[in-house]
Amino acid sequence: MEFIRTEDVHFTYDETHPEEPEKPLHDVLKGVTLSIDRGEFVALLGHNGSGKSTMAKMFNAMLIPAAGKVYVDGMDTADESRTYDIRRQVGMVQQNPDNQLVASIVEEDVAFGPENLGVEPVEIRRRVDEALKAVDMYEYRTCAPYKLSGGQKQRIAIAGILAMQTACIVLDEPTAMLDPRGRAEVMHTIQQLNREKGITIILITHYMDEAVQAGRVVVLDSGRILTQGTPREVFSQVGLLKTHKLDVPQATDLAFRLRGAGCPMPHCVLSIDECVSALEPLLAQKGAEA
Amino acid sequence: MTRDIALGQFIPGKSLLHRLDPRIKLVLTVAFIVYIFVAQNFAGLVLLVVATFALMAVSGVPIKLYFKSMKGILFIVLFTAVLNLFYGTGPVLVQLGFMQITANGIRNAIFIAVRIVSLILFSSILTFTTSPTELTDAMERLLSPLKVFHVKVHEISMMMTIALRFVPTLLDETDRIMSAQKARGADMESGGLMQRIKALIPVLIPLFVSSFRRAYDLAMAMECRCYHGGEGRTKMKVLHLQTIDLVAVVFAILMLAAIILLNILLPASLT
Amino acid sequence: MTPILEAQNLCYTYGTGTPFEKKAVQNVNFKIQQGEFIGVIGHTGSGKSTMIQMMNGLIRPTSGRVLLAGKDIWEEPKKIRAVRFRVGMVFQYPEDQLFEETVMQDISFGPRNMGLTDAEIEKRARDAAKFVGLQDELLDKSPFELSGGEKRRVAIAGVIAMDPDVLVLDEPTAGLDPAGRDVLLSEIVSYHEERGNTIMLVSHSMEDVARVADRVMVMNSSHLQMFDTTQAVFSQDKELESIGLQVPQITKIMSILKADGYPVHTCLTLEEAMEQLLPLLPRKGGTSE
Repeated sequence: MEFIRTEDVHFTYDETHPEEPEKPLHDVLKGVTLSIDRGEFVALLGHNGSGKSTMAKMFNAMLIPAAGKVYVDGMDTADESRTYDIRRQVGMVQQNPDNQLVASIVEEDVAFGPENLGVEPVEIRRRVDEALKAVDMYEYRTCAPYKLSGGQKQRIAIAGILAMQTACIVLDEPTAMLDPRGRAEVMHTIQQLNREKGITIILITHYMDEAVQAGRVVVLDSGRILTQGTPREVFSQVGLLKTHKLDVPQATDLAFRLRGAGCPMPHCVLSIDECVSALEPLLAQKGAEA
Repeated sequence: MTRDIALGQFIPGKSLLHRLDPRIKLVLTVAFIVYIFVAQNFAGLVLLVVATFALMAVSGVPIKLYFKSMKGILFIVLFTAVLNLFYGTGPVLVQLGFMQITANGIRNAIFIAVRIVSLILFSSILTFTTSPTELTDAMERLLSPLKVFHVKVHEISMMMTIALRFVPTLLDETDRIMSAQKARGADMESGGLMQRIKALIPVLIPLFVSSFRRAYDLAMAMECRCYHGGEGRTKMKVLHLQTIDLVAVVFAILMLAAIILLNILLPASLT
Repeated sequence: MTPILEAQNLCYTYGTGTPFEKKAVQNVNFKIQQGEFIGVIGHTGSGKSTMIQMMNGLIRPTSGRVLLAGKDIWEEPKKIRAVRFRVGMVFQYPEDQLFEETVMQDISFGPRNMGLTDAEIEKRARDAAKFVGLQDELLDKSPFELSGGEKRRVAIAGVIAMDPDVLVLDEPTAGLDPAGRDVLLSEIVSYHEERGNTIMLVSHSMEDVARVADRVMVMNSSHLQMFDTTQAVFSQDKELESIGLQVPQITKIMSILKADGYPVHTCLTLEEAMEQLLPLLPRKGGTSE
């Protein structure tokens, strides 16, 4: 069932954006049409400047299209009277773990969202406890945020959205500032939430190894959708991705290059295991011939 | 290198004082400050000092932490005391050149020193037993009647909460930036006052810039979480008055009565 | 030959005597020769950051010595600043340290602190800007007008401009997208080749380290667990995994194939893997994707 629909979305920054001040007036989005169903895990992949972060802010009405429309659960994001309702359905986690946390105690920060929504105190308490358990941070509920690692802070931010019981969570490069362990923690949490609670996840990233975990990958380049499909469908187009400054995992790249040199490798290899499984029979075959 | 700095040094615990409603504690602290100045003789003062030490004991916070909090103002106390020592009136006890020590001077010096010390100790009792969040909550509740006069009580409270949350983070960032500039040869240690102030510019400017960035990001994040000011907002932690709070108020009223009584019955000690 | 940088029984403990006492670095010994490109890897909390900050005297060892070109850097504590001009350090997210009115002035901050002549300062700043690919037009702009990537280049140039004997970079590619990472890494490699100085690169990206480093230092829970050639370190994939580190995907693939009995040996890059595998695999005439 369709949950978010964007129709030919255009956007231009008419003031300098803190991220890209050298591009004051420039078309960031040039017609993006996208449909996202409830319960999907979609990855929006693109290099810096592709428009992916701008697109992320369209989903919860932080930005309104200059042309085109965005509908969230049937609500037009351009309709200011529905902004509040839209944000009750779509929550957002940003890149910088520190700059999202408002309170000096973890559980109070997670309560911030429900408090804004006017939820009853007893219900807030219940939601906060549940949310913290869902992200595996319940033991830290009375800790101060500044003592936590980046990965832990991001999980608190996610818990804060969970406590608002939104149908969808948009994560804008949530792991860009984290170390490998933090990245793994956050990705594991996102996977779990999508699988076990059916929460719609939209992950903005430039990491291939994260996009690979999604159900659908949408590749953005220069404000347009370059290609989309399942991870396998998308990452088999290695040549295309490389031309557009996107990375492929070494395993995928190796298989691609070997195919190019004439070896009968599969069309798309996504992991080390798949690569090894494809290579071994071929090595054995050639070894037997020798 | 994170430091364990909690503003006002909150020491978590389960004592009676920890469990008191923070609004009551705040009001009683203000009351105490008033009492200190209402008391006009040593008897009243001694009563207040005994009460202070009793509360310090009840708080369960180690005595040495209380005395650590005194370290900062020790100089001021001594300075004020000495000043009063030499500027009293009445019969002279000792003559040192053109300065004289009078009996009154000695009395005043002791009186004032004891006042200042008790003030600091009592305030420490408040900050040791009340978390920063409780304090901001209490202030928000207590000041809420001012909303009638269009004072933005909720917004002020939100500002305080955010400030408290970011103090340790900003301290860490200051450390980082200082290390980065030192790595480029910045000299923060030597030179006169002007030079040292100039040496802070490479630290202060990046700090300001990043703070603007933080404010922008934080405002966005708060909006994403449906923040729309104080209207219609609930709180997870609701403050409830309990029996012990009532007991504390009664105790405070009795103290006031005792001090006023002592003021009437005994002559003033301060001249 | 005297190593350019040497650590002898280096130790650092935080908060000695308090309940928060923590041994961040214990008994680290190593020698680095002039011209080497050293990769430094280790899980978060392994002591990497503390260790590198002892190299330029930002942190004073609790015990042990750091020798720069054979001389203990703390021999004359008042002159420790001079060490920082010879061991330059670029912190993570270095763009956070920019503060001057123009890019040129910010890059010149380091050389100015060194007390060089105006002419020399200008020359160094321009050279440094070139190394990191900053166009001339940007030099007169305010650093705050630049994009994130450009700001980072300015910050790195600011350290390169001091012309250090040893350049330490703490995760210089953190937060950059794949294209940005590649470009920056190549610039660092070119800089190294041209200057011939010594580089220590701290990174969480094994692929990056495998590509550029001559030798790799592995920190684990405050100890220096391994310090050997890149090839030797990454061929120990099981040991690295046991301490929470990964090896580059290519290395892992070749390592599994080798363990399963195929005639290959572990390698570090795609090109090496291709070289080894192509003769061993059946091929038709080269087809393109």
